[in-house]
Amino acid sequence: MIDIQQEMGIVSDVLTDEQKRRAVLIHAFHRIQKENNYLPEEKLEELSKELKIPLSAVYSTASFYKQFYFTPRGRNIVCVCVGTACHVRGAGEVVRKLEESFGIKEGETTKDMSVTLETVGCVGCCGLAPVVVVNEEITGELTQSKVDRIIDDINTGAYEKTEQ
Amino acid sequence: MKRLSNREDLLSLCERVKKELIYNDKQKIKVCCGTACRAMGSLKLVDSLKDQLEKAQKSGDVDIVTTGCQGLCQKGPVMNIRPQGYFYQRVGLAHAPKIVGHTVQAGIPVRELLYRDSVITGAIESMDQVPFYQKQHRLVLRNNERIDPANIYHYIAYDGYSALGKALFSMRPDEVVEEIKKSGLRGRGGAGFSTGLKWEAVARAANSVRIVVANGDEGDPGAFMDRSIMEGDPHSLIEGMLLCGYAVGAKYGFVYVRHEYPLAVKNLGVALQQARETGFLGKNILGTGFDFDISIREGAGAFVCGEETALLMSIEGRRGYPEQKPPFPAEKGLWSYPTCLNNIETFANVPYIISVGSESYSKLGTEGSKGTKVFALTGKIKNTGLIEVPMGITLREIIYEIGGGILNNRKFKAIQTGGPSGGCIPSELLDLKVDFDSLFSAGSMMGSGGMVVLDEDNCMVDIAKFFLTFTQQESCGKCPPCRIGTYQMLQILDRITKGRGEPEDIDRLEKMGRKIIEGSLCGLGKTAPNPVLSTIKYFREEYEEHIHSKYCRARACKGLGIYSIDMEQCFLCGLCKQACAFDAIKEYRSRFFIDMDYCTKCKACFDVCPINAVIIKPHGQEQKAMM
Repeated sequence: MIDIQQEMGIVSDVLTDEQKRRAVLIHAFHRIQKENNYLPEEKLEELSKELKIPLSAVYSTASFYKQFYFTPRGRNIVCVCVGTACHVRGAGEVVRKLEESFGIKEGETTKDMSVTLETVGCVGCCGLAPVVVVNEEITGELTQSKVDRIIDDINTGAYEKTEQ
Repeated sequence: MKRLSNREDLLSLCERVKKELIYNDKQKIKVCCGTACRAMGSLKLVDSLKDQLEKAQKSGDVDIVTTGCQGLCQKGPVMNIRPQGYFYQRVGLAHAPKIVGHTVQAGIPVRELLYRDSVITGAIESMDQVPFYQKQHRLVLRNNERIDPANIYHYIAYDGYSALGKALFSMRPDEVVEEIKKSGLRGRGGAGFSTGLKWEAVARAANSVRIVVANGDEGDPGAFMDRSIMEGDPHSLIEGMLLCGYAVGAKYGFVYVRHEYPLAVKNLGVALQQARETGFLGKNILGTGFDFDISIREGAGAFVCGEETALLMSIEGRRGYPEQKPPFPAEKGLWSYPTCLNNIETFANVPYIISVGSESYSKLGTEGSKGTKVFALTGKIKNTGLIEVPMGITLREIIYEIGGGILNNRKFKAIQTGGPSGGCIPSELLDLKVDFDSLFSAGSMMGSGGMVVLDEDNCMVDIAKFFLTFTQQESCGKCPPCRIGTYQMLQILDRITKGRGEPEDIDRLEKMGRKIIEGSLCGLGKTAPNPVLSTIKYFREEYEEHIHSKYCRARACKGLGIYSIDMEQCFLCGLCKQACAFDAIKEYRSRFFIDMDYCTKCKACFDVCPINAVIIKPHGQEQKAMM
């Protein structure tokens, strides 16, 4: 599944086998998550066998990082930036509005698996605060009407199409 | 692409691309394609410009350059046009035909796109005249507005990799270290440790296997300096790392990038590939026998990984727990090899220092802090964006001259620097000269360079709570004082903002803050109480108001104060009555008033009133409001 030698590059010359296998772990998580949208248990078991790292240690590492998910996520990932600049320009209102219209709390997924609502520390678009990211597409300078439009677009599936 | 194998190759390539890319008769339209401008549609704009040029049969006469972040994110998408130097802002798709018609074909500016301070002031044609850029001194960001980050020749055309050539062919490694030491460059990641001393420590380490790591885990909310460098000028980072590798005798380099920055990862990957093909990375660089290669490591959303030891743990594929120092990474770092770990911006400074020499670099800045600093200026300010200023500039200059003053002409209250590790600086200290030491003595810190401007509508207790919420969530949990202490402090703050504060709470917060600082291992815990302590120091009266008068003067906190309707202003639109979910707004003899028995102080009526006739008063003053 993973070519350790290629992944590590020239630095593998000075590393032990165990160090190399360890070091590709996070990279492997990213890859699994990209393919499956989350980290499925069986894939992690496979990974643990392949890298010869105990499953407990695999979970221990994966669970430390916020970006790795152990449950399936929705088809649309709606991520509201709640960094400082967005906070002072009203990101809280945006989160509340989205929570109300999708009927879920932050960090949850709708029952029909269409939307996952998340918040992020900062996407680095502070100049455009407040900001929301839908499937990696950033919309800034949110207003009431812009948020409404985004909700409509998600419900009609406009974002899913652009993704493909 | 042929690999360069000696100094003459590099010089002749530089000459050639200079002629091809800079000194030609073509007009150059440099469109900002940083993350913020992309969000405003700059990529579509580029396509549309190309179409229009095609139609006008001018494609051959114009180069469209997609640059990194040009700074003025607020007015995006922005572009600048060379050689005339016109600076356009808020460019929409509809403007593309005009740009081609006016600027390309006739050479005159499109007036409606030029920058204006306000509707009544004249338009400013050139980029250097725009107040936002006038006071800046762009060294690190020098290439951001002029090169295409995905094309290594653009970087070389602006004398890129010439510093590497100079170092490799005319300087010994220890001379490079000496030069950096003399320049007075201090780490831009926040703590401000001397870069030269760090390099020297690594160069002197006993182990001959050494590693260079660039820290691009820019987790501070409200900061995007490193991202802009990685996106807009990745080669300056690569060159800086190469120079560091040469100086300390390292062969291996890593860049640790946040996963939230996909564009930075992409641009950096392209740049690394091009540098490898051109012969700046890999074995036997420029025929000198110097080997160096860099690989990218992506983070996965853990703020604490910005701390150096935690970052190294993360690269090793472990939980990002910070470790005790000493031993410092310079002695025992990544896989126990001596590791030179610097911030992205620090590395981006290095090529410039080597090119112009430490003497000329150290003329910039203050006694203790040399050079420039990049800040992400955000919050309630007119011109938000990325700025680079010489150290020693005053906050007033930054806010009022570069930033253009406070949004909607409100009153300035405070500026928050250093992200969740920093503090709030009040208006009394507006003339503070910004450098590492002055900010520290004011109870804040430089941090990685976020600056968030707060106005009178921002409640300082709420801001302190916001930052503490962040650090509390991001605390890795290794040290109990940080893990439990931040939680306890947060509960107290939460109580205060909800109107249930107790008189002893301020003392409790101060005491607990000091304990957390004492008892935590890494930078996260050691600085987590700063936002609270600095706001107590400068805005104690706001805390007291929340606790004793149950009143928030910024009207940001819910559940505080006494609500009433100003009968003289109210024009009976009834919106407040509709907005109230608790039926607290009663209509009586064609007048609205708020029944405090039902009011939950949710602020819905306050937010919805179009003329601000809903008034929030401190307790004890309700009688006056009634009259």
